[in-house]
Amino acid sequence: MDFMVFQYPMITVQACLDGILLGVLFALIAYGMALQWGVMNIINIAQGDLVILGGYIAYFMYLYGIHPAWGVIVSPIIMYFVGVGIYKLVINKVVDRDLFISILATFGISILFMQLMNFAFGADVVLANSGYGTTFLFDSNVVLPNSKIFSAAISIIFAICLVIYMKKSKLGRAIRATAQNARAAKILGVDTEKVYAATFGINAALCGVAGALISITFTIHPYMGLPYTIRSFMIVIVAGLGNLPGVAISGMGLGVFEEFADYILGTEFRIGSVFLLLVLILVYRRFKLSRKREYLK
Amino acid sequence: MKIKNILITFFSAIVILFSTTVVSFSKVVGDKIILGAAISLTGKYSSNGVHTQNGYNMAVDRINSMGGVKVGGKTYKFDIIYYDDESNPKRAAQLAERLISQDGVEFMLGPYSSGLTKAIAPVTEKYGVPMVEANGASRSLFTKGYKYLFAVLAPANLYLDVAIETAVELNGGKGVKIAQAFEQDAFSQDVRLGILDAAERTGSEIIIDDKLPKELNDMAATLVKVKQMKPDVLVVSGHTKGALTAIRQIAEMKVDVPMLAMTHCDAAKLSKQHGKNSQYALCASQWHKTLTYKDDFFKDGMTYAADFEKEFGYDPPYQSAESSAALLVFKDAFERANSFDQKKVRDALAATNMQTFYGNIKFAEGGQNVDKPMVLFQVMCDSSGKCENKVVAPLKWASAKLIHPIPKWSER
Repeated sequence: MDFMVFQYPMITVQACLDGILLGVLFALIAYGMALQWGVMNIINIAQGDLVILGGYIAYFMYLYGIHPAWGVIVSPIIMYFVGVGIYKLVINKVVDRDLFISILATFGISILFMQLMNFAFGADVVLANSGYGTTFLFDSNVVLPNSKIFSAAISIIFAICLVIYMKKSKLGRAIRATAQNARAAKILGVDTEKVYAATFGINAALCGVAGALISITFTIHPYMGLPYTIRSFMIVIVAGLGNLPGVAISGMGLGVFEEFADYILGTEFRIGSVFLLLVLILVYRRFKLSRKREYLK
Repeated sequence: MKIKNILITFFSAIVILFSTTVVSFSKVVGDKIILGAAISLTGKYSSNGVHTQNGYNMAVDRINSMGGVKVGGKTYKFDIIYYDDESNPKRAAQLAERLISQDGVEFMLGPYSSGLTKAIAPVTEKYGVPMVEANGASRSLFTKGYKYLFAVLAPANLYLDVAIETAVELNGGKGVKIAQAFEQDAFSQDVRLGILDAAERTGSEIIIDDKLPKELNDMAATLVKVKQMKPDVLVVSGHTKGALTAIRQIAEMKVDVPMLAMTHCDAAKLSKQHGKNSQYALCASQWHKTLTYKDDFFKDGMTYAADFEKEFGYDPPYQSAESSAALLVFKDAFERANSFDQKKVRDALAATNMQTFYGNIKFAEGGQNVDKPMVLFQVMCDSSGKCENKVVAPLKWASAKLIHPIPKWSER
């Protein structure tokens, strides 16, 4: 245990800012997960792998001399079609089935993606350099890489655009209607099959954006997807489905929690503490639910 | 009826027994010495697995084309049976079992990584199969009392030893303040033990001692501490992702530290992926092409590098060089043993004392190579932004002078 983070106020500020910037990025991935979970009732274990695949798209652009920031535009477009493809191949067969089956199916997709990416792109850890420089705050006691600020800003922009799109566009309304009651929507003339495909595509596109940002701020590797799946899963169960401000806040909360866990317990327990938090939240939720059930009895 | 059944069982048992013994006949067939290797051709170690395989193949071709191996007045050629262990220790152990008991291999080459070597060593030991490995540096491999395991590389605890000693030397012999961050795996933890030893020996103080997770891609917390505590040396070891993450975040957060020492820089292609940001980083390496060791097959490091580049299209990382060296060791041992008896070959291996283009090779009791020091290179860039790795320590092999302390970010 090391409480240095509380002894120096500047480190506390640094940890909070790092956490918030990171959390916004997590929230974007979690928002995609919440969307398709809400609409299709599918928990997508392959979420993190879609993120990594999106990262590779930005990385390859970087490799061919294009600035990786353009990946933020290109990657979601490609990933949208990847998402629709996955839906047509696999997900549409499990969409009305038991949740457990969808978990198994997406788990399979996750393994397949990992191996395919490893096969196609190699097992090397890679990254794309943005060359964005650094921002110094408080007499250069707090240091923020501009790439992190950039990724947080882009995440927020995409989230806002998506909210507006969901509210205003025809497809957005259809998606929301399907989420509320798929059968009723179908009766009223919504082509739910198309809505499902579009939802999965949008989710994959969000993962694509996040992946491009991760390749700019951190590193990517074919086997690095799972921690992102776990984080977004956790954010969603804390915030609940269809609760965008909740997703944003719990995303940032998780980011800050991770940073503090990193300082206090050590970097080795960073991901471990996320898993532990997940277990605690699940237990707490269950406890709360069981009380409710007793009350209903 | 009963007797007939018994007879059938008896005969089929004999047939099965006979067929297995036929299969596992000695694996020196005709004029070929068949070696076995389980290598990570897929999975997370696949890139280094391929470097290993290329190294092996390069040496096999070279030795075969230059006259092969002479045993008992007859000339033999090397051949290798490869299996893909999928970067999975369990699979590697199974494949070793299969190579030995089904394919009848009597001599093995090592896999890639300490973890997989650890999985295979008990199997080769059980069957008394001599194994020369080139990619397992973990100290724990050499403390188990294995008799048939030989490693051409220096053990992991010596990787960054030189860096600390150099820092102390530059500090006028006084101890230095060390900050270190190591991944939680066998290899990196061994490197850490080496640093702890070196710190104690030189009276240095360890002021930050962080552990990094396997899924590492953010070490900002460690670097904030480094900024605050101002150590003289920062040591990072976490495979390629450790090296890449450290360089990226040190550059982004403008962390000033007089000396930065790491492992896996060339595997991470640091200077290529990070360009000028990686400048001044010190990297531990088993081998570098500018070293002036010599042998009859590959001549020297530069020639090896040129030949390798011609054949495979890239500059050889040390993983390939050490793998090639493993074959040279086997050839030498077969010729000195003048026999294919596993015990005799094992004893010949234990008595190895030779120079290869990769370095001197002489095995200690535990099987590790004690005659080849690690080298440190420093990433140096010219004004056009082209970066190169230059050996700076130990002084005997240095091709450039160490730049110390690292200039501050504000002055670059």
